[in-house]
Amino acid sequence: MPDTRRDFDIAVIGGGLVGSAIAWGLARCGKRVGVLDEGDVALRASRGNFALVWVQSKGLGLPPYSAWTMRSANAWREFADALEQQTGISVAFERPGGFNLSLSEREWEARRDLLQRIQDQPGMQRFPFEMFDRERVKQAIPQIGPEVVGASYSRFDGHCNSLRLFRALNVGMQQLGATYLAEHRVEDIEHTGGEFRLTTRSGEVRAAKVVLAAGIDSVRLAPMVGLNVPVRPQRGQLIVTERTAPFLHYPMQTVRQTDEGTIMIGDSQEEVGADPSSTRDVTAVLANRAIRIFPQLATLNIVRSWGCLRVMTKDGFPIYEQSTTCPGAFNASCHSGVTLAAAHALFLAPQIAEGQLSPQDFAPFSARRFDVRALAA
Amino acid sequence: MFARLPPEAGDAVTLSIDGKACTARTNDTVAAALLASGLDHCRTTGVSGAPRAPYCMMGVCFDCLVTIDGIGNRQACLVPVREGMRVEVQRGKRELGR
Repeated sequence: MPDTRRDFDIAVIGGGLVGSAIAWGLARCGKRVGVLDEGDVALRASRGNFALVWVQSKGLGLPPYSAWTMRSANAWREFADALEQQTGISVAFERPGGFNLSLSEREWEARRDLLQRIQDQPGMQRFPFEMFDRERVKQAIPQIGPEVVGASYSRFDGHCNSLRLFRALNVGMQQLGATYLAEHRVEDIEHTGGEFRLTTRSGEVRAAKVVLAAGIDSVRLAPMVGLNVPVRPQRGQLIVTERTAPFLHYPMQTVRQTDEGTIMIGDSQEEVGADPSSTRDVTAVLANRAIRIFPQLATLNIVRSWGCLRVMTKDGFPIYEQSTTCPGAFNASCHSGVTLAAAHALFLAPQIAEGQLSPQDFAPFSARRFDVRALAA
Repeated sequence: MFARLPPEAGDAVTLSIDGKACTARTNDTVAAALLASGLDHCRTTGVSGAPRAPYCMMGVCFDCLVTIDGIGNRQACLVPVREGMRVEVQRGKRELGR
């Protein structure tokens, strides 16, 4: 039998945006990294991303999540520059500030109240946001339709070209010596003699440390290393149009023009289990809302619509944790893989490389917060 | 570059290509009329601006996108010519509302 075994300092399970950002960060720390990716049948959350680097509405219920998000957004320029400098690939990061448009007074008030509640939380690292009336929105985005009554605006929001982000991370990590292994679905993990032995469909992989960045599949993998990762799939559907001349220079949560001219329209939140299909009823609602925001979109052809599964916890916040029973095993589960890519690469990866997550950064994101009985005891 | 093979079927149809009058035949597609007119490209791409001409002639490759009667990104190979039709070379991305 041929010896197909491979040895790494750190095995990252999952080659999506989360795994790739961590792997690139680890490779920059000088670690020998192997990225174990599933095949094309994988339920990849990364396929559903909206390419936003989004801050304004994050963190109601967990102020440290808002701070973590802001920290990532603030590091994004450095992150994008480092990727471009190394790989020559521009990820088209821009931070002009983001809008969330309201189509009724009620929506506008609900938006204002939501953003204010986030800022008013104890322990919140506050940041300013603005509520614009229709006229102020129109000055920035003249193409809005007659139903738009106003918007929230935050100068901290941005966006990028996520396809090139993914490409840059993949090229970048391999330039730094990381090994990308496709068709390496992990079947079993054994922690023995201070190392991890991973049984995969394409042979055994051994590593001193292991990072779960496997999205929904981390539910299955976590117990193998003494972790608990209670996440569920949540479907989001997306539409993308043909390219059109640039008109929308600000990122928004449901309509966004990419740097190459296509219009992305999103996004739904559906509890349908592990079904990533696209459905006409939902895409019709998304398209209708987009046309109410920008009536001229009605003339554009839709190139593609698709569904995808987010990685969602009960409270919507990420899980970052090191196993206590299998030290050296880490988990990273989240839904905002683009926004948090900078933090994963620049802040999380170095701590994994050192072997310790600082409680100050990561204690709020332990999955122990879901264990109600333990908290009550 | 392209020449019609005899016998020429159908009647003459007059359309304009970038404002210049051009004669085609009924049953021509706009793409066929563009090629017969001697044009070497019918659009420039939206990202790099490279010139493109009709290629697959069967609705698959999307390289024959033109502006027809004021509407951008139309597949010239799927649209039959009509008397008085205004065809324009599409330069770069389609504009919103056009």
